[in-house]
Amino acid sequence: MANVGNRIKHIFNRNESYLLAVLIVLIIVVSLINPKFLSGENFFAILRTYSFIGILSIGFLMVLISGGIDISFTATATVAQYAMAVFLAANPNVPIVMVILVPIVIGIILGSINAFLIHFLKAPSIIITISTLNAYYGILQFISKGRWIYGFPQWFRDFPNIKLIQFLNENGVYYGLSTITAIWIVLLIAGAIVLRYSVLGRNIYALGGDPKAAHRGGLNLFRLRLFCYSFMGFMAGIGAIVHAMVTQTVAPNALLGQEFDVVTAVVLGGASIFGGTGSVLGTVLGVGLVAVIKNALTIVRVPEYWHQVFIGGVLLISVVITATRTRLARQKNRIIDVQN
Amino acid sequence: MSKTNFSSHLQSVARAYRLWAHHNIDIAVLPLMMVAVVITFSLLTAGTRHFFLSGANLSTIAFQIPILGLLSLAMMITMLTGGINLATISTANFTAVIMALILTHLFPEDPSSISAFLLVLLTIIAGLAFSLLLGLINGMLIAYIGVSPVLATLGTMIFYEGLTLAITKGFVLSNFPAQFLIIGIGTIFNIPYTLLVFILVVAILSIVLRRRPFGKQLYMVGSNETATHFSGISIKKVLLKTYLLSGLLCGVAAVILVARFNSANARTGASFLLLTVLISVLGGTDPFGGFGKISGLVLALLTLQFLSSGLNLLGVTPFVAISLWGIILIGAIVYRFFRAKQREKESMGVA
Amino acid sequence: MGKCIEVTKASKNYHGVVALNKVDFELQKGEIHCLVGENGSGKSTLIKILSGVVAPEPETAIHIGGQPVIGFRARNAIDFGIHVIYQDLALFPNLSVKENIAFQISREKRHSWIQWGEMRTIAQQALEEIGVSIDIERPVETLSIAEQQLVEIARALIGDLQLLILDEPTASLTRKEVEALFRVIKDMQKRGIAILFISHKLNEIFEIAERVTVLRDGKKIGVYKPSELNHERLTYLMTGHKIERQPPRKITARRPLLAVSHLTKKDQYHDISFTLHEGEIIGITGLLGSGRSEIAQSIFGMNIADSGTIRVTGQKVRLRSNCQALRMGIGYVPENRITEGLIKEQSILDNITVTIWDRLCNGVGLLMNDQLQKISSKWINDLDIKINTMHSAVDTLSGGNQQKVVLSKWLATKPKILILDEPTVGIDVFAKDSVHRLIKELAEQGLGIIIISVEIPEVINNCHRILIMRRGRIVYECPAESADADELLIKCAAA
Repeated sequence: MANVGNRIKHIFNRNESYLLAVLIVLIIVVSLINPKFLSGENFFAILRTYSFIGILSIGFLMVLISGGIDISFTATATVAQYAMAVFLAANPNVPIVMVILVPIVIGIILGSINAFLIHFLKAPSIIITISTLNAYYGILQFISKGRWIYGFPQWFRDFPNIKLIQFLNENGVYYGLSTITAIWIVLLIAGAIVLRYSVLGRNIYALGGDPKAAHRGGLNLFRLRLFCYSFMGFMAGIGAIVHAMVTQTVAPNALLGQEFDVVTAVVLGGASIFGGTGSVLGTVLGVGLVAVIKNALTIVRVPEYWHQVFIGGVLLISVVITATRTRLARQKNRIIDVQN
Repeated sequence: MSKTNFSSHLQSVARAYRLWAHHNIDIAVLPLMMVAVVITFSLLTAGTRHFFLSGANLSTIAFQIPILGLLSLAMMITMLTGGINLATISTANFTAVIMALILTHLFPEDPSSISAFLLVLLTIIAGLAFSLLLGLINGMLIAYIGVSPVLATLGTMIFYEGLTLAITKGFVLSNFPAQFLIIGIGTIFNIPYTLLVFILVVAILSIVLRRRPFGKQLYMVGSNETATHFSGISIKKVLLKTYLLSGLLCGVAAVILVARFNSANARTGASFLLLTVLISVLGGTDPFGGFGKISGLVLALLTLQFLSSGLNLLGVTPFVAISLWGIILIGAIVYRFFRAKQREKESMGVA
Repeated sequence: MGKCIEVTKASKNYHGVVALNKVDFELQKGEIHCLVGENGSGKSTLIKILSGVVAPEPETAIHIGGQPVIGFRARNAIDFGIHVIYQDLALFPNLSVKENIAFQISREKRHSWIQWGEMRTIAQQALEEIGVSIDIERPVETLSIAEQQLVEIARALIGDLQLLILDEPTASLTRKEVEALFRVIKDMQKRGIAILFISHKLNEIFEIAERVTVLRDGKKIGVYKPSELNHERLTYLMTGHKIERQPPRKITARRPLLAVSHLTKKDQYHDISFTLHEGEIIGITGLLGSGRSEIAQSIFGMNIADSGTIRVTGQKVRLRSNCQALRMGIGYVPENRITEGLIKEQSILDNITVTIWDRLCNGVGLLMNDQLQKISSKWINDLDIKINTMHSAVDTLSGGNQQKVVLSKWLATKPKILILDEPTVGIDVFAKDSVHRLIKELAEQGLGIIIISVEIPEVINNCHRILIMRRGRIVYECPAESADADELLIKCAAA
């Protein structure tokens, strides 16, 4: 019985529970202002729009848990996306597998370059990834000369409009769960399984928790870092495909700036920049919070140029709360059982 | 006669360099790099309309140095404490927009010279005060609330840029009074005012870092925060002052930015962020904190400015430059890494 | 029983410095063996060789179960069932107890997927085996140090454990916890597991060890039965000196410098009162986690007490930060020299003068470098610190010299009260001796000094008075002259 009580207390103490509560309150408030917000149509639209951010945030989460940071992922995604678009535009009849493989392989390669540099140069990951962000992006801009690419084959245009689950609204328009969202969900589940049930995933938590102990415990730190950063690259590759499918145009500068949403979502989701903590569930809720805030801003007609203020503000509030909680927890840890 | 004179001069320069290099091993390669860059571009552009050593080009360089230099200093001092300030550019832009609003709203059509002078002064003071406020927010978050510098300044970067966007509605503010713009374009003996300001800031900051308790404490905090705290130094105060100073340097950069370009908006110079990190690290600042000299930063700044200007003269697109900066930064880190390894070996040999 | 592991001519040089010199060492199966020696005697090097973390010099031969092993590495050690529990535990603070215990399982079995059910059973069993009940779902960072240590022991029990090496496992345990630990160790012994135990607490050695190996200056002094030893003899074997009691000079003036009364802080310490006089040296001893350092830091302004008063030279003070304490003339040499005492990459000069920068500015607020150098060289001379130049990094110095640098930086502030938290940990016997002499000299000059130490002989030999702390309270006070080491130890650890 005490155990059950502990469990319940544990659930209430979890970061995810707070997030869920905030999310629900926010949804209720926005729905009261504008009932349209709560419609199934809007729900699925949000899911589809934020699939790209959601996919990238799984990769970013993995890097954060390992105790690193990678801000080059939008550049990675851009390079991967552009390569795919050039490839697809040049050979419209190329097998689908190749179209999917090209951006993913590029993503993995660029991600592993980050891992190599960070591990072997023992340099701060933020500085290495600022460098690679610019190196990747600059090279792409130079090669592409800023040209946009559009006019993709029919299947590429149709795929994102397929609805796996369909509903009919009162105006006779179908809406529902998009294939894009389905990809996100599959990746979410995969990410959660890796982090929760695979030895690899638990070793990543261990690495983030205490790299020295991980080394003593016989873990191969380079292999773990390599996995995390190339997983980030892999997600950037898939995100690139998804983004191109949704927008149907590929521009060499379209993705830049989206990293803010991803970082905000993951940090909101409770992942620590010092590594070792964070969960897929938290990240999903973080993405949900970012999505709801942005969507709500649009619905209550806050001008577009104010949106970034809210995202920045929410990020700041969440880092302040996390830092304060960590500080309090640290104080609690110094307890001596004083004799009375 | 003159030949032997020249070679003896050369010899004494070489001696002086060796002596200097002995004490500045981390940045010893920079003067050589700088000379190599200048010679290479002078040769490549010799005889063309865009000669590297032409007065016009040197003047352009002299005008470009201050803004990048000030922002790099703002980055460097936070790196000395083991932190980082990702919000430098957005602090500068936000401050620039605030000053632009004062200039466009408070400045009368045709002011008398005295009131114009006072208004310009007021604008600058208001701008600097505002940049201090932005620095204060960073400092409070990092020093007193305990947010990691990366996250705190990432958050304020997004937030400040967002506010700037919201205020300007995404537009560029422009057309400021000539009395203000003179700061950006005026020269004395062909030396831009702004360059003099930069030299003054460099001089003051060098003295602060070497001779003020705060300056030395900053390095100590960067090397070992806990031990510095145990030495009776308030880490919170040192960090707060550091981010305040970093904000102020961005504010000075903002004054020059507005005056020189006659415009202010939310997204000027996004690529500067990388450049300022690059200049700091290339100039010998340890990204983990504790080490770095202003002299190194200035050398790195000049080298990169020459390089960038030379590439520009040769008609290379800015995107090549951007990726080049990224690659050079990695190169600088590789260089540091091998230097550190070598030093380790040497010290082992001694022991 | 047979031999578990045997090393012959174990040697190790670090950059030309001999850390271990031709030591022959063997362990029987199911033996509880104690390894003793001063800091720098080669204990930790020997452990590192036994656990494969450090490659010995080529002349060293290692036999395991009678078989010679060539190229012995950490991985081999793990495969042979050798497990080391270091003082700074190798646990993952963010992971649960069960994951920490079963951490090696999946690697050994080459699993790709975590079997949470199996993990739970294994962790539960391992804890039951050592007779401990800890909630296996709790993250390790929420456990006490003693609990964390038990988690490490439980982790070691998993798999085929042949040899367990414990590096000063009792340093932070209460008597009750030590008893529990010894029960676990004896139980493991019955199953044929060899235990190598590092400790310098004689009563514990008597209680549990079957043989004792003494190391000094990298050489083996000998192997002894506990019955052949007593406190004096063991100290002699470890140091090579007869212990000379050099008690501090008697104090004549009794002017109080520091008066602490009824100081209390929730969850740290309770109702602490004592007075420190001019020229007096007080020793505070007790186990790790008894609240010693917490009180010291409260007096130093880094850990604000909930209630009670502190008076410095009769004046009531309210210390909110250590900058204030510094101005009041209080200095604190922290326990951990490397992380808290030294800014180790920075120069000796800066390390000595860091505490007085604010005082040494000229009229325009700039530091007077010549003054700083003068003060720095004064202390380097006075304390006889061996350096090349004061501009080189402080981590180029030996442990003893480093500790003197930390002392210098506090002496430079001209303190009235000096608190020394473990002042001689990790430095060799001669440096230790000179630090002790220095402390007594300072007291003769009128400083009030508090020495905090787990080493009871250290407080007995160097203090006027001794306070013993246990679980956040002062439980015993006595003059050092009449103190008996074994009795004090019992008082420290009583349950």
